[in-house]
Amino acid sequence: MSATHTIINLPDQRTATLPKRNYINAEDGLLSWLLTGDHKRIAILYLISITFFFFIGGAFAGLIRLELLTPQPDLVASDTYNKFFSMHGIIMIFLFLVPSVPATLGNFLMPIMLGAKDLAFPKINLLSWYLYMIGGIFTLAALVLGGVDTGWTFTTPLSTHYLNTHVVTTATAIFVAGFSSIFTGLNFIVTIHRMRAPGMTWFRMPLFVWSHYAASILMVLGTPVLAISIVLVALERTIGIGVFDPTKGGDPLLFQHLFWFYSHPAVYIMILPGMGVISEVISTFSRKRVFGYTAVAFSSVAIALFGFFVWAHHMFIMGVSNYSALVFSLLTMLVAVPSAIKIFNWAFTLQKGSITFETPMLYAFGFLGLFTIGGMTGVFLGALGMDIHLTETYFIVAHFHFVMVGGMLMAFLAGIHFWWPKMTGRMYPESLSKLAAVTTFIGFNLTFLPQFILGYLGMPRRYHAYPPEFQVLNVLSTAGATVLGVGYMLPLLYLGWSLKYGAIAGNNPWQATGLEWQIQSPPLTENFIETPIVDHEAYDYEWLAHKTEQEVTTVG
Amino acid sequence: MALPQHRHHFETPEQQREAGTFGMWLFLLTEIMFFGGLFFAYLLYRNWYHDAFVVASNQLSIPLGATNTAVLIGSGFFMALGVWAAEVKKKGLLVLFLILTTVLGCVFLGVKYVEYHEKWEKHHIPGAHFDVSEFVNPHAYGLKEQPLAPDMAQKTQVFFSLYFAMTGMHALHMIIGIVLLFWLTWRAHRGEFSSGYVAPIENFGLYWHFVDIVWLFLFPLLYLINRHPGA
Amino acid sequence: MHISPVLWQFLVKWLNASALFPAEASTIAPYTDALYFFLLLITVLGLVLVGVLVFGFSIRYRKEKHPVAIPVEGSTLLEATWTIIPLALFLIVFVWGALLYFRIYNPPTNAMNIYVVGKQWMWKAEHPGGQHEINALHVPMGRPVQLTMISQDVFHSFSIPDFRVKREVIPGRYSTVWFEATTPGTYHIFCTQYCGTQHSGMIGEVTVLSPDDYEKWTQESTSGMSLAQNGERLFASMGCNACHSGNAAARGPNLAGVYGSKLQLTNGSEVLVNDAYLRDAILNPSQHVTAGFAPIMPTYQGQISEDGLIDLVEYIKSLQSNHRVQQTLTTSQSNQAAPTTPGVKP
Repeated sequence: MSATHTIINLPDQRTATLPKRNYINAEDGLLSWLLTGDHKRIAILYLISITFFFFIGGAFAGLIRLELLTPQPDLVASDTYNKFFSMHGIIMIFLFLVPSVPATLGNFLMPIMLGAKDLAFPKINLLSWYLYMIGGIFTLAALVLGGVDTGWTFTTPLSTHYLNTHVVTTATAIFVAGFSSIFTGLNFIVTIHRMRAPGMTWFRMPLFVWSHYAASILMVLGTPVLAISIVLVALERTIGIGVFDPTKGGDPLLFQHLFWFYSHPAVYIMILPGMGVISEVISTFSRKRVFGYTAVAFSSVAIALFGFFVWAHHMFIMGVSNYSALVFSLLTMLVAVPSAIKIFNWAFTLQKGSITFETPMLYAFGFLGLFTIGGMTGVFLGALGMDIHLTETYFIVAHFHFVMVGGMLMAFLAGIHFWWPKMTGRMYPESLSKLAAVTTFIGFNLTFLPQFILGYLGMPRRYHAYPPEFQVLNVLSTAGATVLGVGYMLPLLYLGWSLKYGAIAGNNPWQATGLEWQIQSPPLTENFIETPIVDHEAYDYEWLAHKTEQEVTTVG
Repeated sequence: MALPQHRHHFETPEQQREAGTFGMWLFLLTEIMFFGGLFFAYLLYRNWYHDAFVVASNQLSIPLGATNTAVLIGSGFFMALGVWAAEVKKKGLLVLFLILTTVLGCVFLGVKYVEYHEKWEKHHIPGAHFDVSEFVNPHAYGLKEQPLAPDMAQKTQVFFSLYFAMTGMHALHMIIGIVLLFWLTWRAHRGEFSSGYVAPIENFGLYWHFVDIVWLFLFPLLYLINRHPGA
Repeated sequence: MHISPVLWQFLVKWLNASALFPAEASTIAPYTDALYFFLLLITVLGLVLVGVLVFGFSIRYRKEKHPVAIPVEGSTLLEATWTIIPLALFLIVFVWGALLYFRIYNPPTNAMNIYVVGKQWMWKAEHPGGQHEINALHVPMGRPVQLTMISQDVFHSFSIPDFRVKREVIPGRYSTVWFEATTPGTYHIFCTQYCGTQHSGMIGEVTVLSPDDYEKWTQESTSGMSLAQNGERLFASMGCNACHSGNAAARGPNLAGVYGSKLQLTNGSEVLVNDAYLRDAILNPSQHVTAGFAPIMPTYQGQISEDGLIDLVEYIKSLQSNHRVQQTLTTSQSNQAAPTTPGVKP
């Protein structure tokens, strides 16, 4: 059936069926899902919940952009608007981006990619999901009770002494959700160290695993510092412990240091797993090994390491000493380099490949362009004198949306589409998905490119009203947001549709090399019938061709 | 020989045991980062407000603090004995040592309660009712301290903020540990750890020793600032 | 600038006219813009490079034209190239940005000082001559102006985009920023650090006047008392003159001429007496005891507003002799000795 423009290879739809036994139908009943230890079921639980929170966070984004159509604060009251952007940030960062790839795709795929039957601690994995849900429910509670307007950054003394909203409820939510993240990272690290199949050396692991390893280190070491910062804010609000209160001798800048010590590594927690997805997708749709495998693997770890030492670049104008400003700016420049290395390695993976443009690849291309822009604008901000003009404006908003939405979210969608057939056994409709990818790309650029211009003009972030001369750019941005929203709705619709009506995918519709593609779709609960013995490198297409030949000759 | 506790996703019991221990060490690393933020804040403020920290620290009771230190070390000792008892499969001794560990842990919390209560009475809990008069005018309270200037006296509130945050977090970890001890003692009583499966006892032991070590840092940092013998 | 004036004209003036670029209204603005254009350039070049590689390879090696992929392990040379070149570019940006940062945050010595107090949700500007402005700032063109800023409540941030300057305004300590305006006109002031309900209402206008117009403005808008004069009043009414009388046997150190000097403290350290030091010494006297004096100064934390502190700081800055201090001391003493008017509460 080999068409020249696609590598999709589906079984004969007239006779194909889903495998009789798989992880989805292994046990019936709601409780079998809610009390499961199966990493794949937990991944699906996460997928449903993060999708739910994504659309809530997205609704807030829509409301923000709606208000910003006009310069006047005329849609909602200022306090309400402040709650919109606070809830948008908190939900999107803690309840969507941080768990997105690791808790769904990472949970589902890592054990299989390593040749294991499950993660090291299945019960802790389930606990992670419950902690996430508790964090989510507390956030919803705070929302329903009236919301919180601290901004996602909880800056003291505003959050400790000057607001009357549900700060402690939200702080508790984030604290609990943080432990969800810590336990996921812990689980991943132990699994990678201890449960690789025979023959699976570190340098035979897929790059997806390397990225998750690096992200897990950040989760495990960074998140606890966020936890203690949040606890101190809650204590200051409730019983008056004044560690950040200048009237009691405390220093509000201490909170900034503690908060950003986590929140900067957090952005690498968010992006690294996405980069892992991109490695898998680009190699599959080029039919060759990622260029510079070792460089990409080490870059992931380098990003994690350097990422711990740049936090004060969020504080350049806040009165840190000149000396520390210099140090953090220099380190910020260093942390930018591994990301650049990865972009070029991915680009050169395409050289001498055999390239097709299925939906995951389209999202990956979008990632390459948008992450380059987002990453480079990070260099703008890392330059001290430049940061003075750009910080706290829409330039920052544009920068982080480029890396987190144009980068991370595109990577997430690439991964969802790439592994959808493996997780569900069904293919999604390719033309509709391509349309969604292109729509998203166009909508995204229209939304966020004008914001760079607005930032340089000086429009501050978190502004409810703005001077009239900024309106045209804001209108463009809102128009883009509408298109972007449509682009995100489409997958919800057609992926849902595909669960019942999608084509049967078979084991390996992409003819890819990973261990996950050598087992049935959807997989068995125990993943493998017998433990695989790994005797080939990652992305070894010759091994795949040889294996396929063997299967053809022996089955026949 | 497959133990009944052998989880199906591990190839061998050794792999399971190693994974469990590794996981616990990793968890303790996260705990170090958690307490680390508090220690960093302490370092900063002790540097800035040294005089206030000295006077405030002298308010803490060394006898009580030292007692608690001995109690925790004893508790850790019994926990280590418990791990040994599990390894040599002596159920009775294991249960005894776990109970002793728990009892000493509760003694620690009791002493802590006494200390906290004293702070409450003297209005040394940070917040609206915090009272600095004892620091500004120590002689009126029969104390031999040098009086602090009022602005420096205000900074004692920072010391107590950190005191309660740090010892409070520590106490919370003790409480969680004691709850786990009750559970483990019950399981030990039922013989679950008497046939070679010692991982939960070992790993809990790691946790308990860690909580112990945190206290060993807290005690000198909080109680022993600039103390002079005979003062 | 090293690039063609016509190109610069286009980039800055024409884009500004189309509301796509801010005005260059200060001496530092062209420097900031130069770095910005360099960064834009390398970003565009980088993007084009990545685009050319990705699209070029995708088209050249698409499956129809290249059905069999050829494995390529890697290339140490390429890795080195795309490690070293970005690193070099980023380091250039680092040095350039650092130089710009020091330019923006180190005022020239002849800068005139204006105090700014931020509070939810307004800016108060206080000129030494006693002019007070709310959400407005009048400055002369062609003169360096330093803003000494502090917040009365939460973090704010004072931003004038057309001057390319911005600094956080922090509760509990002074922060400074300076600029020299080049073109008369009005420009936006924004608060850029989220500070609660009316964060987007905490905006104002800086008006740049020619030197003559500025003179006129200062005459017309003075409130009668300069900041230092108000400070003198506070100095007496709060009893500072009792200890800091300037007498030989005074309990407090002589403050005439102390501003700008290096002071030896009892804890052995040597400090430069600047605005921040003076403010801190009033609020936390026990940590700022001059050598040779006892730590008996009470704290004024909670008894005096940031405005009052600014007045006192300005007063002490201007103090060259203790003549008037002595005078006001007599007034204070006679004030305390005088009987109260019957029927009137003191």
